Amino acid sequence: MKRVRAIVVAGFGINCEQEMQAAYQKAGAQTDIIHLNDIFNERVSLSDYHIINFPGGFSFGDDLGSGKVMANKMKYKQTKNGDEFFKKLKKFVNRGKYILGICNGFQFLVKMGLLPNTMRDLHQEVTLTFNKSGKFEDRWCYLKVNKKTNTPFLKNISMIYLPIRHGEGRLIFANKKIRENIKKNNLNCMSYCNKNGKVTSKYPFNPNGSELNCAALTDKTGRIFGMMPHPEAFLSVYNHPAWTYLKRKNRNKEKGDGLRIFENIVKHVKKNYKGI
Amino acid sequence: MVNKENHNFVEIFLKEEIEEVKGQKIARKAKAYLNLNTGRIKTGKLFYIHYDLSAKQVEDFANHALKDNILHQIFVNEHYRDENFSSFILVAKLPGVTDDEGISAQKTMADYFNIDLDTTTQHIFSQQLYFIENELTKAQMQRLAEEVLGNKLINHFEYGKQRIEANYIPEVHLHSDKTVSYIDILVNDAKLLKISDDRLLSLNLEELKAIKHYYSDPQIQEIRKDIGLKTQPTDCEMEIFGQTWSEHCKHKEFNAIIEYKNLDTNETETVDSLFKTYIKGSTDVIQQRLKKAGNNWLIKVFSDNAGVVRVDENRLFVWKVETHNSPSAIDPYGGAITGILGNNRDPLGTGVGGAELIFNTDVLCFGSPFYEKELLKGQLHPKRVFAGVRQGIEDGGNKSGIPTVNGSIIFDDRYSGKPLVYCGTGGIMPEQYKGQDSWKKEIDPGDHIIMAGGLVGKDGIHGATFSSAEIDESSPASAVQIGSPITQKLLSDFIIDATRKGLIKCSTDNGAGGLSSSVGELARISGGAFVDLAKVPLKYSGLKPWEIFISESQERMTLVIEKENLTDLRTLAQKYEVEMTDIGNFTDSGFLEVRYDNMMVAYLKMDFLFNGTPRKKLAAEWQSPPTSEPQIGQVDHNDVLLKLLSSLNICSREEVIRQYDHEVKGRTVLKPLMGKEGKSPQDAAVVRVDNHSYEGIAVSNGIIPRYGDLDPYAMSAGSFDEAVRQIISIGGKLPDPLDDSSRFWSANDNFCVPDSVYDKNKNPDGKFKLGKLVNMNKALYDMAVFFNIPMTSGKDSMKNDFTAEGKKISVPPTILYSMAAKIDDIRNIVTSDFKVAGDLIYQLGETYNELGRSEFYKLFGEKGRNVPQVRKEKAKQLYELVVKANEKSLIESSHDLADGGLAVALAESCFGTGLGAKIDISSFTKLTPDFILFSESHSRFLVSIVPSNKEEFEDIFGERANLLGIVTSEAKLKIDYKGKNLVDTKISPLYDAWHNGLKEQT
Repeated sequence: MKRVRAIVVAGFGINCEQEMQAAYQKAGAQTDIIHLNDIFNERVSLSDYHIINFPGGFSFGDDLGSGKVMANKMKYKQTKNGDEFFKKLKKFVNRGKYILGICNGFQFLVKMGLLPNTMRDLHQEVTLTFNKSGKFEDRWCYLKVNKKTNTPFLKNISMIYLPIRHGEGRLIFANKKIRENIKKNNLNCMSYCNKNGKVTSKYPFNPNGSELNCAALTDKTGRIFGMMPHPEAFLSVYNHPAWTYLKRKNRNKEKGDGLRIFENIVKHVKKNYKGI
Repeated sequence: MVNKENHNFVEIFLKEEIEEVKGQKIARKAKAYLNLNTGRIKTGKLFYIHYDLSAKQVEDFANHALKDNILHQIFVNEHYRDENFSSFILVAKLPGVTDDEGISAQKTMADYFNIDLDTTTQHIFSQQLYFIENELTKAQMQRLAEEVLGNKLINHFEYGKQRIEANYIPEVHLHSDKTVSYIDILVNDAKLLKISDDRLLSLNLEELKAIKHYYSDPQIQEIRKDIGLKTQPTDCEMEIFGQTWSEHCKHKEFNAIIEYKNLDTNETETVDSLFKTYIKGSTDVIQQRLKKAGNNWLIKVFSDNAGVVRVDENRLFVWKVETHNSPSAIDPYGGAITGILGNNRDPLGTGVGGAELIFNTDVLCFGSPFYEKELLKGQLHPKRVFAGVRQGIEDGGNKSGIPTVNGSIIFDDRYSGKPLVYCGTGGIMPEQYKGQDSWKKEIDPGDHIIMAGGLVGKDGIHGATFSSAEIDESSPASAVQIGSPITQKLLSDFIIDATRKGLIKCSTDNGAGGLSSSVGELARISGGAFVDLAKVPLKYSGLKPWEIFISESQERMTLVIEKENLTDLRTLAQKYEVEMTDIGNFTDSGFLEVRYDNMMVAYLKMDFLFNGTPRKKLAAEWQSPPTSEPQIGQVDHNDVLLKLLSSLNICSREEVIRQYDHEVKGRTVLKPLMGKEGKSPQDAAVVRVDNHSYEGIAVSNGIIPRYGDLDPYAMSAGSFDEAVRQIISIGGKLPDPLDDSSRFWSANDNFCVPDSVYDKNKNPDGKFKLGKLVNMNKALYDMAVFFNIPMTSGKDSMKNDFTAEGKKISVPPTILYSMAAKIDDIRNIVTSDFKVAGDLIYQLGETYNELGRSEFYKLFGEKGRNVPQVRKEKAKQLYELVVKANEKSLIESSHDLADGGLAVALAESCFGTGLGAKIDISSFTKLTPDFILFSESHSRFLVSIVPSNKEEFEDIFGERANLLGIVTSEAKLKIDYKGKNLVDTKISPLYDAWHNGLKEQT
């Protein structure tokens, strides 16, 4: 097939679009940063891409709750021609394509009801709200990948160390049923854990108090994937807080672990998706 | 108060089963700040919807767009009550105060209903509701409201035992007022001064007389008559003088003629402008050296919003450090956030504009959070100032997507009246946009003046003159502004795109002085300007023309646009949802012409406005204070080390650091805390220039105000050295004018001093204070010229005093040197943490008998005499050796020695590594252990090396390196001296002492 094409959505306070683009470039995809209004203005069509990416940031200053105003925009606002943007998104997904949301982007996906969507009715089933500490935090966390996850984004990754940078990362489930559904289907694809890979609710390993110590979710298809940590902030070893120590120990392979997630999806699309 | 019964409102609360994190945080603060037991706090939000919606529409909107199904319960047109709570507080914004959440709610309403809303009208107002479990007295509720939940300068409060249904809507009810009044200037001196006082113009008699003289000129009178103005100045004209001639904009004291007398030597000299002589003077010398050697990295200094240096063939580095002290003193959160956002607009509006902002660095000076003195009227507790400023920096940086990569916090009770809030921002700009040099500002007559960004209200009127005056109990509330990071983010995204499309000819920030300042400054390039204030979009009606012209409403830029680009620019602004308005043209008339529709508001000769300020003449004196060295008896070194590590100026800043996003953009390769456990403090920060190349920019800050009490020259030189050695420590290289690789160094000098103008009654020691300032400047010159590090931009803040109840709290004279330098290859950076057991530990550089004003003496309540001196020749020689050793990759870890001296650096290099150190300091033969361990002599490093490199390393350093010991696998710090043990402790208690020093303060 031709090159994999990724769109990185920007605007309204999103602020991680550049490193997201760099991640896809390093992973070998053709990547465009597109202001959301260019999609609403019908100047750019989602159907030209394989992967839609919603990066981190503070869209609308996180007023009304993180990602809420942006989620409303994507759910309810019509495009210039009077089409529902959300329908376009659904169409995109139904064609077997991929969506990635990181941090604020994950918050949009959850609040639009695209994740985890266990009931398949696109209603909001979980939320992301204020960390238990009551603070925004920037710290690196260990993450354990659910062995049974089917999401191609996490293929061959068992544990990963990534920065979290959020004030509203505490995942809460609507009810027990949703929680059980998520567990049963292994949609909780990534959990906060300690250095040794043991999943724990202990602060600061679990930095926000998320239920199930959950840091990321997928839908049942594994094609929609959202996570609080920032893989796009670990593209090279020089992002790692201990890289000078690793260098001394000769463990400083140039590539950062975060890049693996982007390489995974680009490789997967290349192999499995025909056409555009 | 308005009763709007026919409008809708929605209340939102968390469901009972959801943990109230926000409420818990407030309860903790109430306990910590006010010693108030609130019990449980339930928080909620109230939205007044001032828009015509049907009952069903309101229900739908509230349920689908405002409510989070999992978190919230909502009440539509119904006030929530709860019997479990005994006190209630409502916090609303005062009229005209930025209400981001209300605006966001109305934006989401427009999206939800797919309607076009008039964006210049506020339709939704947000308010905060607090239900408090315990029954509080009215006074307690008032304190909680005003000191924890809000600020009476910007908020309206309602409180009581029961739920109050206040229906308070902060509408601004002003009658349209387009009047222009004239001011009688042909009056005696006393009346002249009254004009300035009445209007808060901060003009002195000399200046007022110069203005009087201008209006007395028959030629000027003739011109005014021709255009239909009276002879007397209009209100707007006087305000323009107040802004343009303010200390803030004109730096009158740094440009004064100073008679300086050194009473130690009895020598006198005349300093013809501190700025010209020392700051610009040193940069001029360096620029000539660079030019002579064919070095081209110094692009633009002092003449624009920020300095510009070259990174490589295609890219420039633009950066600026500002202060925002006065606003932060009266509203810490608002002051800091507008400080950050305002400073962001400086590099964003340099040259053509549109630099990509890649880091913030913030240096803060506060009183101790444990301040116990009685607070004066209008004085805020330092703890509250600290918390508010920190939150402002968090929101200002994090919400803008700019990493706050480093900084510094200094505690000294002399900052308890007025804190110092230094905000620095760096950006990268392409050297050219569509073939035009990006760093140039060119304007031709006929070019359009575009105001872009936020709307104009009464906020911030007199900010520039206010910052040029000391603070007292009655400081103007209108000087407080609230920043809106989201508004600015949209604006900066727009400007970055527009500059790259070649649509912007040049731009500048609308900061202090508002349009008066931005348009006035730009008009100097073309030789005049014409503005029609009737076109300026307002937050609400009722502003007088002069208020529109000088308002400091935030998040605005002034753009210079050629006519043929207007349509494209407007289309782009619509895409980015940014307000933009064409408000006039540049001219070459030689006059600044301001109208409101057809009414003339101001008509001033540019030459007089910008060159007519009379120069100040000031007197300065210096005499060394009488001092002596104390006798400190036997001390327990274990105990002293623990106390030093937990002391306010040394302990960990992790609580603060983690709340700043310091790695958004993914390019912060040297973070404030690094190492195996991410706990080791670092000397400087490094940000990569982009995501692909290995070029980086190092950032450091040098600031040690306490030394200035004894020796301001040594303090300034030492601060300079601190900033330099931090960058050397992490692997930077000194600038070399003979080397034509574009390895820039760029410094910002930032002076913050108390009122230093002598006045027999008001400021009897003014001459001495000014003498200190002169000495600080002399050091700046000597250091800059010696190291070839140019000042590219800077700032002076001259009136850092707080006066109330007849008492004055003045800051100590303070200088901050912020430095940025190019790092050729970030892969060679050196961090401070020890790496591997068995590595050898050395001290580089010499320790002297220099405990004057040290943290060690402070433990014993002593000041001493011997303030650390910079021996710049020796320092430079050592730095060159460090560079040489780093070129051979011989240094495994490096930490500069500073506050607390060698002992503190040793402990810090062990933190988070799981390692320890075994040290013997017997080789320092000339000094006793207290000096060896705690002296704060400059230009020193603690380094570790691989044992097999010993010979090569020692060959390079010779006597400059002193072998101290070895890194151990056991996490203990052991220090011996001549067979005697001084320190023997596990690392963990040291770490705990250091780590917990500021815990729960933020």
